[in-house]
Formats: sequence, C-alpha cells, structure tokens
Amino acid sequence: MSARNSGSWTLRVRQAMDRHLPMDHLLPDRQPYYVGSWVYVFGVITIAALAWVIVSGVVLSFFGPQWWHDSSVGRFFNSLHFWSVQLFFIFMVLHLWGQYFMAGWRNGRAATWMIGVVIFGISILTAFTGYLSQQNFDAQFIALNAKDAMNGAGIGAFFNVLNFGQMYGLHVMLLPIGVTFLVVAHIVMVRARGVVKPIDPEGARP
Amino acid sequence: MKSMGQTQEEYYRGVRMVPYDLLKELLLAVAGVGVLAILVAAFLSSPNVAPVTIATWSQTDPVDFVTTATGELAGTTTSAGYGAPYNTTPDAYQHWGPFAPQAWFGVRIPIDSANAYVIDPLKHAAFTNSTLGASLSQWQTATPDQQAAWLDAYTKALAAATVKDGNVTVASGDYGPLSLMMSNLLGVAQTGGLDGLLAINGRFYQTDYTQPLLFMGDGGYFAGLAANEHLSGDLWGMMNETGTYPGQTWLWLYTMWYQVPPFTSDTGFLGLNAGNADLGIVLLMTVLTFLLALVPFIPILRDIPRWLPIHRLIWRAYYAPNGQAPGRPASVKPLGASVPPAP
Amino acid sequence: MESPATYLHWGFILISWPNLLVILGMLVVFAIALVAPFPNHGEADDVSAK
Repeated sequence: MSARNSGSWTLRVRQAMDRHLPMDHLLPDRQPYYVGSWVYVFGVITIAALAWVIVSGVVLSFFGPQWWHDSSVGRFFNSLHFWSVQLFFIFMVLHLWGQYFMAGWRNGRAATWMIGVVIFGISILTAFTGYLSQQNFDAQFIALNAKDAMNGAGIGAFFNVLNFGQMYGLHVMLLPIGVTFLVVAHIVMVRARGVVKPIDPEGARP
Repeated sequence: MKSMGQTQEEYYRGVRMVPYDLLKELLLAVAGVGVLAILVAAFLSSPNVAPVTIATWSQTDPVDFVTTATGELAGTTTSAGYGAPYNTTPDAYQHWGPFAPQAWFGVRIPIDSANAYVIDPLKHAAFTNSTLGASLSQWQTATPDQQAAWLDAYTKALAAATVKDGNVTVASGDYGPLSLMMSNLLGVAQTGGLDGLLAINGRFYQTDYTQPLLFMGDGGYFAGLAANEHLSGDLWGMMNETGTYPGQTWLWLYTMWYQVPPFTSDTGFLGLNAGNADLGIVLLMTVLTFLLALVPFIPILRDIPRWLPIHRLIWRAYYAPNGQAPGRPASVKPLGASVPPAP
Repeated sequence: MESPATYLHWGFILISWPNLLVILGMLVVFAIALVAPFPNHGEADDVSAK
C-alpha cells in the first residue's frame, strides 16, 4: 500500500475486512465436506423464523396494538407472529443443543458462543415485552406476576411491566434493534472464522 | 491451539471442500419456515382471552370486589403493604441478608391505595350525590381509631356477605359510613366508571395501567381466573399459556425454581426461602446465564461434548474410514495432499 | 383451542400437553437430524481447500 496513505483509518479498516471477512468468506460457494449433517440447518432456520417474526411484527405495529383484536386479518397476523416466535425459540434451542454437542466454541470461537447466549437472553426479554403488549388477560397476569421479580431485583421502578406504553415501545423498537444487531454480529463471526472443525479423535485441546 | 489470528485458508488447509449455495439455502429456509408458520397460524390461530375489567370483576364477584376495596382503604391488601416502588411500608422488601435492591430506589411509582382506589373515585361520584358526600365527610372527619374499628367490623362481616339484588349484604353492625361508601363504589365500578377513573387519572392520553392492574391483582377473582389457566407461579405458570396453546417453554428452568425448596418453604436454606424467592431466583438465573455464556472456559462443562458420542454421529463422514480424521490408515488421502498454490 | 389445556402431573412436574408436545417434538427432531442421511455431501467431489 502507498506509504502516503498508511495513516488512513479507512484504509486500515478495509484491509482488516479484506483479511478477516473477504467476500468469498461472507458469501462462500464452498464449505467443508464435514458440514454434512442436518444438525447444521438449525442455525439458518432460526434466522428464517426470525425473519417471519419481524415481517409479521412490522405488519402488526403498522396497524397498531388494538388491530388484531378487532380484525380477522389482524388476528391472522398475530397468529403468524405467535407461531413464528414459537418456531424461533424451538429452532434456536435446537441450534444451541447442536453447537453444544459439537463444542462449537473451539478454535477461537468462544466469542461466537457468548454472543449466541446473549442473543438467547435478549430474545427472551423481547418475547417477554411482546407478551406484555398483547392487551389481553394473559398480558394482565404476566404483568402482575412479573412485577414481583422486577421489584425484588430493584429494577421495577425503571422497567415497569404494568406500563403498557413502555413495554410496547421496548418491544417494537429498542429490543428488535438489539436482537438484529447481535444476530448480524453472530453471523459475521461465523462467516469470518468458518465452520469449526470436528472434534479431533486425538483430543486436541479446545 | 488454533488462534483467532489464523485465516480460513490456513484453518482449512487440506480439508476437502464441497459446493454450497448459501443464498439458496437461506431462501429455502425462509420459504419452508414461512409455509409452516402460515399453515399453523391459519389452522390453530392464537390465544386471546379477553382482559378482565373492573366492571366485569365487580359484576361477576361483587363480594370479592367490595372486600378488596375495603382492604385498600384499610391498607391490608398486597399492594397497600408492598413497599418500594409503590409506597413506604417498613420492612416490606425482599432481601437476602443485607442485600435488598428493592429498597435501593425508594418510592418511584407512588400509589396511595386508600385514596386512589376508594376515596378519590367516591369524591367524583359524590359530585351529584349529597348522601354519599355526607358519608365521605363522616369518614374523613372520623378519628383513625374510629375508622379502624369500622373497617375491622366491616371486614369481618364481609367474610359472610351475600349478594341480594346486586347489592352486597352483610349482617347488621356498626360500620359507620362504610356500607354506603362501598355500595356506591360498587355502582361506579359496575358501570365501568372505575376502569376509566383509575386508568386515566385525570389526564387524556394514557398508556400506563399500573393503578387498575394493582387493584385487580389484589382481589381473589383475578387470581382465581389465572389459577384456572395454570398461570399462577406455584403451577409452573411462567411457562404456561391460556387455552390449549404452547406457552413459553424456554422459561422452564426459571419457573422450576419456584416449585422446589428452598423457594417453597418459609424456613428455606442459606437465607433463601419463599419470602425472598423472587430475588433469590433472579440472582440464581443470572448466575446460571453467566455460566452458560462462559461454557467455553469451564472445565468439565466444556469437555462433556468430547465425552459424549453425539458429535460422532454429526461428523460420521469425517470419522469414517475414508474420512479425513487424523489417525486414519495410510490408504486414505493424507491431509494437505492436494492443496493448489494460492492464486 | 380456547378452553384451558389439560395438564400432566408427574411428581413435582406439572406441564401442559401442548408444552410437552413441543419439548418431545424438539427431542425427536434433534434425534432425526442426528441420524438422517444428508444428501450429496460430495464424496465424489474432489474440490480442495484454497
């Protein structure tokens, strides 16, 4: 590289990206032959379920939180959102089981695993605020019951589960942004390092 | 140990690669999951039990409503004696030894139960009702001891109350203005007025339901409906859903702790018991979540995958005789055999 | 679907049939994913690492 531009941050970032995440790693058309098990699809179908959660969620948020109570089309989109969330958690946990039994954190991939656990936690929080936003009996009871855990932990005054406006705002904007950002980071990390090799029979250390 | 600095070229040197279409796989996944979700949504719909209102509560179980309202006035309900963040009730906070985060931030969501749920709504109703106005005056000018005596007598009488022509009837006794106050409050509630007053609180726009929810939560009617649907905390409620629908199965471990000692007993263990179960379980689950995140660094937990044969199923091609696992017979293509020079 | 679910009570475990179905279903799907043959993992392909 030209010495005259060697202090450039932009150049350094681009060079780092070229080194760690070149296009043919981001969008590969080859993969190791050992990635030949159905267990490997759990990750991508989790992403697929998340896509449907977001799409159905966008439709619901466009028409407002009361819509699905009054409209049969709205009820369908609520159902789509409900079942996509179920599928999202089912596939995510299957993906977690698979990655655990494959010890997917080996060879420098500990951060990928940790981000995955954070995604799990933030997803639970997102789903929780979603259940609180339903404006039905379930939402009422969840709010009344959960407030004790929040208050006991000292955060109930700042995270008031009985405050629909606060929970709804967190659910439709702040938390989905968090989940999406973390999922993108998780995928980038997987693409940058590639799929971890099988556990070596000779017992290489993780 | 392979470091993070290693490039994929170095990491995969000698590994046999096969064609792979990432975008096709992604689109197939989105289409497949979409079809599944749409079909299940169309055929099974989703749970939606209508919310309880103070109106339906007071119409369906007027005795429970009046008992709860009397308790709010007396300060004996759960919310009236809750402590932070709703009010300053001494020693009413969950703590584990000296650790008491509930008490750290004080009263940040002030709820004055007696005024919010009884006196203020009745003042509104007394605007066109001078008899009620007189009762309210009688109540507010009485001494605290006199009020306590009336409340005590009325509460005891309510235990055997009956409903006659929509009115809550108790045995005769000296309850002061309480009977009239409560029968008026019941009337306001049954017409929906209390839902409005408690939610709106004098404003126009409102999205915070703290007040009406706490009031309903203090009653037995709401709790009974929840128990019917197995939503209560002692019935693994956190993972359950109304109707015949799956709930939040991922919360199984969180809700499990509420069903087992020490969180089910009053004596408990190491200072953790039923009284501070919420705090104790939040701490426990926080620790367990951290442990899950740190599995790559925890001995035994990170070694279990190596000990179990599950990975041998997943990677059976690799461990097969013509696979590329190290230690295979020499007849197998050795590692690094056909690596072409880098372009 | 709107009436409350029936529950299985086994010792201290109390679980709804829908939830049990989801969990058992997950175990079955995981087991199938472990053993089901994966198409075309390219035994015949001899495409080397770069």
